[in-house]
Amino acid sequence: MSSVASTRSLPLRVSAFFHRHPAVRLALFLLPGLLWLGLLYLGSLGSLVLYSLWLLEEFTGLVVRRFTLSTFAQLAQPANYEIVLRTVGMAAAVSIACALLAFPISYYMARYASPRMKTFLYIWVIMPLWTSYLVRALAWRSVMAGEGLFMWAMERLGLDGVMRALLGAPVVGGPTLVQSKFSLFVVYVYLWLPYMILPVQAALERVPLSYLEASDDLGARPGTTFRRIVLPLAKPGLVAGSIFTFSLTLGDFILPQIFGTSEFYLGQMVYVQQGVAGNLPLAAVFTFVAMAVMLVYLAIAKRAGAFEAL
Amino acid sequence: MSGAGARRAGVGLKLASALVFGFLYFPLLVIVLYAFTTQSSAFTFPPPGFTTRWFSVAFADEDMWRAVRLSLLVAGLSTGVAIVLGGLLAGAVYRARFPGREAVAFIVVLPIALPGIVTGIALRSTLSLAGASFGFWTIVIGHVTFCIVIVYNNVVARLRRLSPNIVEASADLGASGLQTFRYVLLPNLATAILAGAILSFALSFDEIIVTTFTAGQQQTLPIYIFSILFRPRAKPVTNVVALLAIAITFFPIMLAQILTRERAGGTAGR
Repeated sequence: MSSVASTRSLPLRVSAFFHRHPAVRLALFLLPGLLWLGLLYLGSLGSLVLYSLWLLEEFTGLVVRRFTLSTFAQLAQPANYEIVLRTVGMAAAVSIACALLAFPISYYMARYASPRMKTFLYIWVIMPLWTSYLVRALAWRSVMAGEGLFMWAMERLGLDGVMRALLGAPVVGGPTLVQSKFSLFVVYVYLWLPYMILPVQAALERVPLSYLEASDDLGARPGTTFRRIVLPLAKPGLVAGSIFTFSLTLGDFILPQIFGTSEFYLGQMVYVQQGVAGNLPLAAVFTFVAMAVMLVYLAIAKRAGAFEAL
Repeated sequence: MSGAGARRAGVGLKLASALVFGFLYFPLLVIVLYAFTTQSSAFTFPPPGFTTRWFSVAFADEDMWRAVRLSLLVAGLSTGVAIVLGGLLAGAVYRARFPGREAVAFIVVLPIALPGIVTGIALRSTLSLAGASFGFWTIVIGHVTFCIVIVYNNVVARLRRLSPNIVEASADLGASGLQTFRYVLLPNLATAILAGAILSFALSFDEIIVTTFTAGQQQTLPIYIFSILFRPRAKPVTNVVALLAIAITFFPIMLAQILTRERAGGTAGR
C-alpha cells in the first residue's frame, strides 16, 4: 500500500478532483442511467402521447400527424368501451379470487410456519414469478384440453354435469373449456397469485399476536376476531396485491390469444391495433385507458387509507 | 379458520394452504408429463403412452436453437448494460442527497410498475419515429429498460446495510476512488450485484410482452414458443422447449435467492 501513498498517480489525482467536486461525481453516476430512463423511456411515454393525438387516415392507412381528439373519441363506440368494461371486470374478478386464495397460505406463513418452513414457502412462492409466464400458461393448455386432466378430474368427482352447465352459461362459458372465459379467469388467477400472497403475508406478519389474544379474552368468537381484527389489518396487503393483479391483467395480451372466447381484451386491442391493423394512434389511446384505470385505482386505494400502513 | 388466537394451525388452514401451494405447482408437473406423451395433437389424461421422441424432434429444430442463442445473447448483453447503469444509479441515490433524488428512484421503478404493454408500445412508437429497424438491438434496448431496476434494487438493498464509514476509512488511508471501489466496495457488493445480474438475466430470458413490440422478425425463445403453440401437430414439442426454458433459468434463480437471503427479510425485490 506504500506505493499508493508515495506517488500522486493519476487515479489519486482523479479521486482528489472528485472529492473536491462531489457534484461532478454525482453527475457522472447519474448521467448514463438518467439518459437511458429519462430520455429514452420517459421520452417514449411522451411519444405515446403524440400518437394518441394523431389519427389514422382510413382510406390511405397512413398516420396523419395533425393534432385531433378524434382517436380518443373512438372510445365512445360500443365495441371499444365494451372491451374496456370486459377487461376491468376480468381484472376485478381475478383480483378477488387471488385475494381469497392467497389468504389461507399467507396466514399460515405469517402465523404458524416455523422459520425454516417460512423460508421454504417464501422461496417456492416467489419462484414462479421468475419463471416465464408463457410457460406456466402453456401448462394450463394441456390441463384444460378437451380430454385433459381437468375434465378427467371433474368426471371422477361426478361434476361433469356441472362443467357442461358452466360451459353453456352465458358469461363464463364457451364452445370448449379452453375457449371459455372460465379458463381464461382460472389461468389469470394462477399466474398472478404469488403477487397477492407476498404482500398479504407481509401485512399479516405485522398483526400483533396480543391483539388476537385480547380479542379472544374479551369473548370474541374466532369469526369476529377475524372480521374485526385480522381483516382490517390485512387490508393494506390485499390492496397492494390487487394493484399487481389488476395492472397485470389490464396489460396482458398473450393469454386471451390462447384461452377464452373470441372477445377482445384491452391489452390484446393495443397489440392488434399497433400490429396487424397498423393503427398506432388507437393503440396509444387504449394504452392510455389502461394507465388511466390504474391511476383511478391507485387513487381509490390511497383514499381508503391503504398506503399509509404499507 | 378455527380460533384466530390459537397457537397451532387448524387442520382446515393447513389443508387450504397445502391446496393453494399444490395449485401453484401442479401445472409445472403437467408440463413435464406431456413432454413425454405419445399423442401428437391432443392432451388426453391419463396419457396413453410415453415416449422421448419429442425431445429429439425439438433438439433437431434449428429454429429453436437459433431462438435459444438469441435469448442468451440478449439476456447477457442487457444484463451487462443494466449492471453498469443500475449500479451507478444505486451508488448515486444511496450516497448523495440531491434535489430530485426521489424522482430518480421513481423513474427507475416505473418500467416495471407500469404494465409491460405500456413500456412495449411506448418504445415501439419512439423507435419507429426515430426510424430504427426492429431487431437485436431494439430488443436489447427494451430489456435494459426493465432490467435496470432489478440490479438497482439489489445493490441499493445491500448498500443500506453497509456502514458508510468504510468508504471514508479507505479514502483516509490514501486509496484512490478506483481502489476503494475495487478493494472495499466490490467485495461487499459482489453477491448483491451477482444476484441482481442473475435475476435480470432470468427476467430478460423469459420476457415476451415488451419483446413482442421491439423484436421485429427476430424470435427470442418465448416468442418462438408462442409461435409453435398453435401448431396442430407435434404439440408435445412445445412442452419440451418449455422445459428447456425452465431449466435454463431455474438453477441460477435458486442461487440468486440464496445469495440475497443471508439475513431474513432480504428480498430479491421485484
